Amino acid sequence: MALTPQDVDHVAALARLGITPEERERFAQQLSVILEHFRALQELDTEQIPPTAQVLDLRNVMRPDVPRPSLPREEVLANAPRQENGYFKIQAVLEE
Amino acid sequence: MSTLTTLTAPEARDLLVRRELSAVELTRACLEQIERVEPYVRAFLKVTPELALEQAQAADRALAEGKGDPKATPALTGIPVALKDLFCTRGVETTSGSKILQGFIPPYDATVVERLRRAGAVFVGKANMDEFAMGSSTENSGYFPTRNPWDLERVPGGSSGGSAAAVAAGECLLALGTDTGGSIRQPASLCGVVGLKPTYGRVSRYGVIAFASSLDQVGPFSIGVEGTAMLLQAIAGLDSLDSTTAPVPVPDYRAALQGGIKGLRIGVPKEYFVEGMQPDVARLVRRAVDTLAGLGAVVDEVSLPYSDYGLATYYIIAPAEVSSNLARYNGVKYGLAAVDEPDMFRAMEVTRQRGFGNEAKRRIMLGTYALSSGYYDAYYLKAQKVRTLIKRDFDRAFERFDVLAAPTSPTTAFRLGEKVNDPLAMYLSDVCTIPVNVAGLPGISVPCGFDAQGLPVGLQLIGKAFDEATLLRAAYSYEQATEWHKRRPLLAEQPPAAAPAG
Repeated sequence: MALTPQDVDHVAALARLGITPEERERFAQQLSVILEHFRALQELDTEQIPPTAQVLDLRNVMRPDVPRPSLPREEVLANAPRQENGYFKIQAVLEE
Repeated sequence: MSTLTTLTAPEARDLLVRRELSAVELTRACLEQIERVEPYVRAFLKVTPELALEQAQAADRALAEGKGDPKATPALTGIPVALKDLFCTRGVETTSGSKILQGFIPPYDATVVERLRRAGAVFVGKANMDEFAMGSSTENSGYFPTRNPWDLERVPGGSSGGSAAAVAAGECLLALGTDTGGSIRQPASLCGVVGLKPTYGRVSRYGVIAFASSLDQVGPFSIGVEGTAMLLQAIAGLDSLDSTTAPVPVPDYRAALQGGIKGLRIGVPKEYFVEGMQPDVARLVRRAVDTLAGLGAVVDEVSLPYSDYGLATYYIIAPAEVSSNLARYNGVKYGLAAVDEPDMFRAMEVTRQRGFGNEAKRRIMLGTYALSSGYYDAYYLKAQKVRTLIKRDFDRAFERFDVLAAPTSPTTAFRLGEKVNDPLAMYLSDVCTIPVNVAGLPGISVPCGFDAQGLPVGLQLIGKAFDEATLLRAAYSYEQATEWHKRRPLLAEQPPAAAPAG
C-alpha cells in the first residue's frame, strides 16, 4: 500500500498538521513502509471475530447526577495563549 | 560503601519510621545525587528541590509524631519519588516531553499524584520521556535525550526513560511511569531496575496526559520488587474520575510477596524468543526460568500464535487513538500557539507543525489514515478484531498457567542514534511487551543478569488480569534467589563522605 505525497497532504489536512515538502516525501516513504508491514493483518480470517474496543467488560459507568465544584474560571484560563472577558480568544473561523 | 541514595524504598521506610534517618536527610542526599549525576544522565526535565524539601519537612513532622509506629504514617512518607512528565502536577510545569506543552502549568493533580501526596511521598522532579510517551529510547523527547546510567553512550529505553534512569542512578528511590506498549518494562530492563505495568483499569489515568486511551497504564519503578509493591499499593484502585478503572478490590501487595512459588505453573511462550534476539538475552532469560523451576515452579512451553501480529495490531490501534488524543493541542486552551497567523485553521497547522516532533507527527498521520473514510474497516476495525485473537491466546494460556515468563526486550541498551532514523527497527524493541498491553494484562520486568558488555537484561513475567499479587510474588521469589538487584551502576554510588587523608 504505497502512500503518495497527495495522500500525505490529504491526511495532514485532516489532522490539521502543517508539513514541509521534505516531510511530505519522507512521510510518504516511511508510512508506506510501515503500512506494508501491516498488510500481514489482512491474511487473518476475522469474519466471525468481534472487535475489542476495551479489554475490561465495563458498561455504562455512571455516577449520580449530583453537581460538584468545578475548576475556577481563572485557573482554567491561566494557560490560555490569549483570552478576553473570561473567554479563550482565537482567530476568526467563519468568513464574512 | 553504603550510601543513602542506594537504599531501597523498604529499607528507607524502616529507617525513617525508627527515626534513624530523617526525610530531609534522605531528600537532601537524593538532591545532591541529582546535582552530581544530572549533567551526565539528564533524567529530569525539571528538578523541584523547594517542593521536595517542603514535603520532606512535613514528612519528618508526621514521622516524629508517629513515634516509631509504622501504622501512624502512610508507607511512602518521606520517600523521594520522580514523576514522569505526563502526570499533571498542580503548579508544576508538565510537558509530556513535548515542546507543544512548554510552559503548561496544570491547575490540578492527576489522581495518582494526589494519592502519592496523601501517601507522604516527596517529589524530587519531573522525569524526561519520549514525547507524548511515543518511543522506546527517550530520544524522541522534545528537549534532550536521557542517557543510560550503565553506559552513557546508550539509551535508557523509553518512553519512561527518565524515570528508569533516575532510579538506576540513585537520584530517587521510586519513580512513576506509564506503559502503553512497553514503556515501563522495556526501560526497566535496559536500566536494570524493576518496572511494573498493572492490569488495564487497575490504576487511574485521570490527569495522565493521554497517548492511547485503551492501552495506557500507570506503574512503578524501583530497586527491588518490594518497592514496586509499595508504590503500586499507594496508587491502585477505583477512581470515580476515571470510568475505565475497575471496581476490583486492592489486595495487600507487600504481604503478597511472601510464600514462595512452589507449584506455581509458569508458561514460556516460544514466540517471544524472536529471531534476531541478542543471544545473551535469550540465554540469561532461559537461565532465569531454570531458577524459577529450581524454586519449585512447574515450567512448560506454551504457544501464543497470534503474538506475531501484536506489533501490527498495536501500531494501528495506538496511532489511531493518539491521533484523536493529540487533536486538542491546537493552540486554543493551552500550550504553543501560532497567534500571529490570521486564519484559525492555518494557525492550528502551524502550531502543530512547530510543536510536535517527527515521531508524534508520524503517528498522528498513521492514525488519521487508519481511521479515515475508506480505510477504517481495513485497518482500525481489523486491528481491533486481531486484538481479540491476541487476547484469546492469553486467556487460553492462563487456563494452564498462572504466570508467563519471557524476555522483556530483544536486546540490551542500544546506542543513542542507532535506531532513531529507522522507525520500524525502533518499534521492534517492544515486540515482547506490546501483546501484554493489547490484552490489557499486568507485566513486570526484573533484572536477570548482564550481557558481555555489562548491560542489564530483564526477565518479563506476565500475569492474569488483576493478579498483580501472584506476579509480584513470582518476581520477588526470583529476585531473592539471585544477586542481580544488588548491582548498581558506578554512577549510583556517591563519592566518599571524606577525602582520603594526605
